[in-house]
Parts: sequence; C-alpha cells; structure tokens
Amino acid sequence: MDPDCGEASRILLQLETLKSTKTEIERQISALEAQLQEINLQHPNATVPNGSCPPVIPSVDSGYGHDLSPQMIYRYSRHLLLPAFGVQGQSKLLKSSVLVVGAGGLGSPALLYLAACGVGRLGIVDHDVVELNNMHRQIIHTEGFIGQPKVRSAATACRSINSTIQVVEYQEPLRTSNALEILSKYDIIVDATDNAPSRYMISDCCVVLGKPLVSGAAVGLEGQLTVFNYNDGPCYRCLFPTPPPATACQRCSDSGVLGVVPGVIGCLQALEAIKIASEIGEALSERMLLFDALSGRIRIVKIRGRSLQCVACGENAPFSKQQFQEFDYEKFTQSPLTPLPLKLKLLRADSRINTKEYKEKLVSGEAHVLIDVRPEHHFKIVSLPNSLNIPLPSLESRLPEISSALKEKEEHQGTDSGSGGRLYVICRRGNDSQRAVQFLHKMGFTSARDIIGGLEGWAHDVDPNVPTY
Amino acid sequence: MLLFLLVSKLCRFSDMKLTVEFGGGLELLCNSVKIHNVNVELQSGAEKLTMKDLLSWIRTNLIKERPEMFMKGDTVRPGVLALVNDCDWELSGQLDTTLEEKDVVVFISTLHGG
Repeated sequence: MDPDCGEASRILLQLETLKSTKTEIERQISALEAQLQEINLQHPNATVPNGSCPPVIPSVDSGYGHDLSPQMIYRYSRHLLLPAFGVQGQSKLLKSSVLVVGAGGLGSPALLYLAACGVGRLGIVDHDVVELNNMHRQIIHTEGFIGQPKVRSAATACRSINSTIQVVEYQEPLRTSNALEILSKYDIIVDATDNAPSRYMISDCCVVLGKPLVSGAAVGLEGQLTVFNYNDGPCYRCLFPTPPPATACQRCSDSGVLGVVPGVIGCLQALEAIKIASEIGEALSERMLLFDALSGRIRIVKIRGRSLQCVACGENAPFSKQQFQEFDYEKFTQSPLTPLPLKLKLLRADSRINTKEYKEKLVSGEAHVLIDVRPEHHFKIVSLPNSLNIPLPSLESRLPEISSALKEKEEHQGTDSGSGGRLYVICRRGNDSQRAVQFLHKMGFTSARDIIGGLEGWAHDVDPNVPTY
Repeated sequence: MLLFLLVSKLCRFSDMKLTVEFGGGLELLCNSVKIHNVNVELQSGAEKLTMKDLLSWIRTNLIKERPEMFMKGDTVRPGVLALVNDCDWELSGQLDTTLEEKDVVVFISTLHGG
C-alpha cells in the first residue's frame, strides 16, 4: 500500500472530526450570542465587559445633546463625520428596524452592510439551507455552515460583525399566514427573494401595513432596483398589475448568475434602506435602476407613480388584512412560493426509461444513439460518453444527423434490422428530453425514448462520480 | 441647397432613426443582440410614428423567436417595461406615444431572481 495514501486518509479523517467539532462549537456560540442579546435588551446595564466586547451603554442622553454612547461614537465615527449624515442620521439608524427577506445572493451583502452600519434591529427570513453551489455569490455564508439553515449562518455573521445590534432569526418560509405578523415588527422591508409570487406577496403586505419596500432582483448579468410603497409612490402591482407568464421568469439555478451581480444590487438595497431609515437623500421611488454588468452600464429610468386603479394600493379598493391573508399568490402567478425544479410529465410510460434501465442497455451493448438536448455550454460542463449534443432549439434542423447516426449504428450492428436502432434522449433533469421525444415521435422517430430524471438522475442513481451543477 | 433641404425633409417624413434596446432576457428573442440602431419606415400617408407602429415593426423585423414572450395582443406582454428616452411609457401615453427622430426605446423584462 502507498504510504502517502494512508497518510492522506488519516489527515482527511482528522479534518472531518475537527470540522464537525467546529460546527458544533459555532452552533453553541450562536445560541449563546442570541441569549446574551436577549438579556442585553431586557437589562441594558447587565452586560459584562471584557477585552473584546466593551460594555453597551444604555440609550440615554450622553450629555452632549444626543444618545450615542462613547462606544457608538467610536464605532460609527466615519458616519458621524459625514455632514449629510452625522449624529442625527446615525441616531435614526440605531433606532430603526429592517427586515431582509431572503439570505441569498441579494440578502448576503445587504445584511452584512445593514448589520455593520448599526441598524437597531435586523430581521432575517429564509427557510433554506446553505449549499456548496450558493457560495460563489451568497458571501455571508462560510463553508462551515454548508447544510445548516441560512438564517442561522447569516445571523451568526451579522452578530460577529456587530454584537451591539439585535438580530432576529425567522427560519421559515414567508407565507400569507405569517407575513403580516413578521413584517409588522419592522420599519423597512428589503425584498431579497428569488421568485414572482413572493414579490407580489411582500409588496401587498407592505401596502397593507404601510411599510416602505426596497426591492432588488438579479439574474445572469443584469440587476434591477427600486423602492416601492414609499412617500405615496407606486407599489409592485402598480408597475406590474398582471403577473408575467411563468415561462418568462428566469431563475439563477437555470440561467446562471455572475456572483458579483446580485452583490452589487444587494449593496444598493442596503444603501436605499439606510437612506430611508436615516431620512437622508432621495430614495429610489418612482425610479428604477437597471444594471447591465456586461456592458458596464447603469441606467436610472423614471417609472409611473402610484396607480389609482391599483388592486393593492388604489383609491377604491385598498387591500385589507383579510384579503391579503386569503389571496392565493401561487395561483395568481402560476408559480410556487418556494421554487422546486420543474417536473414535467409529457410522455407515456412506454416512451420513457429510467437511468438504471439505460445503464443495463449500455452493459448489454444494445445498438443505440444517445442525444443530449442541453445547450452547448451545459454539454461542456459534463456529458455522458458517446452522446451527441443537439440542443433542443436546433433539433428540427438537425434531424438528418440523427437519421444518419441511427443508420450507422444499425450497419455496425449488422444483422438486426427489424427493430431499428434505438434512440435515447437525455437532458439535465428530464424535462427538455420529454419535449424532444414528443417532437421526434411526431417526425417519425418512433423508437425515441427519454431518460427519466436526466443527468441528475444518472448521477443520483447510477454514477455518483458524474458531477452535478 | 434647396434640393438638399427638400431631400432631407422628404427623408424625415419617410424614415425615422431610432435606437431600440432589449434587456432582462428579452435580447434572447433577437439573437442575443441588445442594442439595435434601426431605420423605421413610416407607412405611406402617415405623418408620425407611434409606439403601436413601432411594436408591430419590431415584431416583424427584430424578433427572431417566441414572439409571445415579447408581445400579448398589440401591446407588450405582462412583466415587460417599455421606456421611451428613459421614461416609463405609461407617462407618455403607452401605445399612443409619438416617437421622434433619435429616440431611444428600451424594453426590459422584469427580473425575479436573487
């Protein structure tokens, strides 16, 4: 046996043990910090001073005509030096509360800045757990928190940046049943979610409760930012009274996203929230910022004001709490509040095979052609050996290629001509492959079958060494 | 000189130079090209170009696939913001907005991701 190999596995084992110990310690620290914070809020004088965490001085007049403690003056000194912000701006910020819905790509930088700048109470809503493929953009989370709730990870990061603010964790999905109660506890709401129904729901809830909403979005290489329901400005529904078709809603998990793009928008969301909380400058109401990362262009456009006909905030029929709670946002937008990958079922069972069955065909040496209908840049990430990449949109024009590939297989096999060469179609998750097979059947390729679950299914059930993305 | 003025006047009435931009994913419907510098011909007899005219011209000349992702009926589909010179077309009369030479018309699909 290779001695290096033994050494490596010993180190790996040790790392594994240390990592799990570290996770447990971090969990305990987080819990203790939360406890301490509770005590501090109830009895501001009870904080025990130590080297790294100086005493929090209660919010009373310092004798200088404001309520900033020496600690606060030092911590926020660069804010206080800004003539437009100063003691007054910081004081307002310290007394304000902001709720960030979503601790993902937008929420990460927004939360970090809101915690650092001294927002008095910072709420975080998220039901998800940290995953490895979040790390490139959701910069608030660290590797040690993979598999753990995003809310806990984000709250720990916020507390470690600023132990003097209150951080509140809501480890649950935001629904019509809990939204009114949660949002009502905050002055400003930041929408850092990733789907259409949540955006309508949060906007409506802000209308019902009269809260300003800082709304940001980012996909691919573009971002958008605006402030809704502020100073008699429009709400989300004024701008988008009718939801877009579900097929028009791109998602980061399908379309991709350059990590820094939501980062830029999330930072700007923090900025807008800070401006509103401290009452400085002009909030981005009735205006929208459009960010195009690739061309390096930022455009700020004027958008419509509040609509008197708006279903949510209009003159005639403003939304009531009860209407809000009874509204079905998933039905309205035809998309789920907590998006899961789409699972189509377009084909009959005899037009499909599962990944294990396909593996058997491979082992038995059945003559066949495997078409991979994913886009070319997906195919470059990972593909099965001997698969032919024909992206779905070009399928129609490349049918002759399929015919000749099938013919070649038949000739190669020699004798068997009766059944004709089999045609299998694969994609990422097994949706486009069904669309392709439907089309192929129509075009006379009756032997075409789709591989259920696609490459993800293959990686899950047959070969775990095939990378997923 | 007189001839030049006459020609330029005639051209102005028959042709209009515009910049049309797509964003938020709508560019995918036009071969992934975001900025289009276009010359839109006015229909014979017409003295002005409205957004309604421009939309039907775009549908015919710029949109290469899935037109239903850009338009619904004779207007843009829900979720698309139309901006004329960086201003929401709701403020200028939507489909009736009259366009001028060198106007910049932007269509943005609203994003939901984060």
